Amino acid sequence: MKNFQIIKALSSASAVSGIKKESSAMFIAGGTNLVDLMKKNVVAPDKLVDITGIDLKKVEFLKGKVSIGALAKNSQVAEDSSIKENHPLLALALAAGASQQIRHMATVGGNMLQRTRCPYFYNTDMPCNKRVPKSGCGAIGGSNRMHAIFGASDSCIAVHPSDMCVALAALDATVLVEGPKGKREIKFTDFHRLPGNTPEKDNILGEKEMITYVEIPDNKFNKNIHYLKVRDRSSYAFALVSVAVALDIQNNTIKDVKLAMGGVSHKPWRLTEAEEFLKGKAVSETIFKQAAALAMHGARAYGENNFKLTLGPNAIIEALTIAASK
Amino acid sequence: MARNKIDNQAEGDSNSSRRDFLKKSSLLTAFALAPPTLVMASEKKWDEKIAEYIETVSLSIEVNGTKHNLSVEPRTTLLDLLRENLQLTGTKKGCDHGQCGACTVHVNGTRILSCLSLASMQQNAQVTTIEGLSKGKKLHPMQEAFIKHDGFQCGYCTPGQIMSGIACIKEGHANSREEISEYMSGNICRCGAYHNIVDAITEVKEGGKKL
Repeated sequence: MKNFQIIKALSSASAVSGIKKESSAMFIAGGTNLVDLMKKNVVAPDKLVDITGIDLKKVEFLKGKVSIGALAKNSQVAEDSSIKENHPLLALALAAGASQQIRHMATVGGNMLQRTRCPYFYNTDMPCNKRVPKSGCGAIGGSNRMHAIFGASDSCIAVHPSDMCVALAALDATVLVEGPKGKREIKFTDFHRLPGNTPEKDNILGEKEMITYVEIPDNKFNKNIHYLKVRDRSSYAFALVSVAVALDIQNNTIKDVKLAMGGVSHKPWRLTEAEEFLKGKAVSETIFKQAAALAMHGARAYGENNFKLTLGPNAIIEALTIAASK
Repeated sequence: MARNKIDNQAEGDSNSSRRDFLKKSSLLTAFALAPPTLVMASEKKWDEKIAEYIETVSLSIEVNGTKHNLSVEPRTTLLDLLRENLQLTGTKKGCDHGQCGACTVHVNGTRILSCLSLASMQQNAQVTTIEGLSKGKKLHPMQEAFIKHDGFQCGYCTPGQIMSGIACIKEGHANSREEISEYMSGNICRCGAYHNIVDAITEVKEGGKKL
């Protein structure tokens, strides 16, 4: 790893000012992805701003919403009793990600900013438009078993690896950020982006901006929820396909529903068409199958990941069935 | 022409890195102090060494109850600090990329991966490694249980498994075999001693001793 300078910031304002004049400076918190990327020489900052001393670690229930500090640890949120009670979908998704050691280190903000695990992105001997723009994509026509079936482009078919983000996308969360030009709010589903011609950009965060909080509005999804993660081994592996389901069922009728998928796109993939279809209908296997078929509109596979075209809808049906039966 | 050359030179200098500056300035210092040492300095890469010394950060850290005041490069991981600087080689380097759990240690009572932790970010931390578990010749109950249940073959993952197993119980995640497997999934054992590891953790949990 190339050596670098490290400084510690004690407020978000000083962190932003500590980074703004250095072109290759980066924030570091848990480091579970960044340190790895630096060891592989995928990124090589001259300066790191250690933000772990900033007071952004609380989970607070406010009027109409819960506010989660960007520096709250993944395990802290997953095991918070109020989160488990009021937003169990988020707790389940967090617990499905990584290992307990990594969840103890990784932060909520860092989880959102983790890079893809596409092997071509990690291997500096291979072409990758995300790592080196215009160098080509090794995964198209290459080893692409883990790759996208929705929203990919000719430049990039990588997927966002997070589980937490799939739940936050489903739960209509909001991201609060702070930068040199002040503070702003971003809808969670707008935060991550599709690759298009610029796959080097994973999200719409400005270069010197930092995430400060994630907020989830109050909801009724505290019972009929499920996070189904299908992977190569039963724990500690990235999703091939995952599905987050939140249902509000009254008298066997679906009053409200949120659906999102992971492991299938460059961003957490919200299934709005299937949600609209399910609203107001009585719970049945038939409508779950129809919703899953609707959700797969526009899906496209790339060879080794053809199986996701079958696994995807099956996972949606399974997740809906489990959530409805809780 | 000559003027342009000088200007370009000056511009080049202002763009050169802090490290280069330190290398050059330390070399100049060596030259000023004792000209004959210059040749030796470059042969033995003293300039590199001086630059590295200046680019380190001071770190106070407590490891297994012993306080250390150290000078470390920002890029040194906690794992390398333990193994290379403090000669505590019980903590193993398996993959060095956060995929195997062999480097698991406790920092301020929490299990973490030392290979993905920068030592420079562990100011005033209390670290416990496998070497810090036994009391004199008396092994920790988890160490005893691993021996009794044959919780290893080659033993390379064992320090990480034991540190993780203790934390698994303390966190309250050892209430069933399934829960233990899930919360121990960050520790890979290529010999496949998983069944016996779960036996060992179950016995320590049921023994109810304070860990």
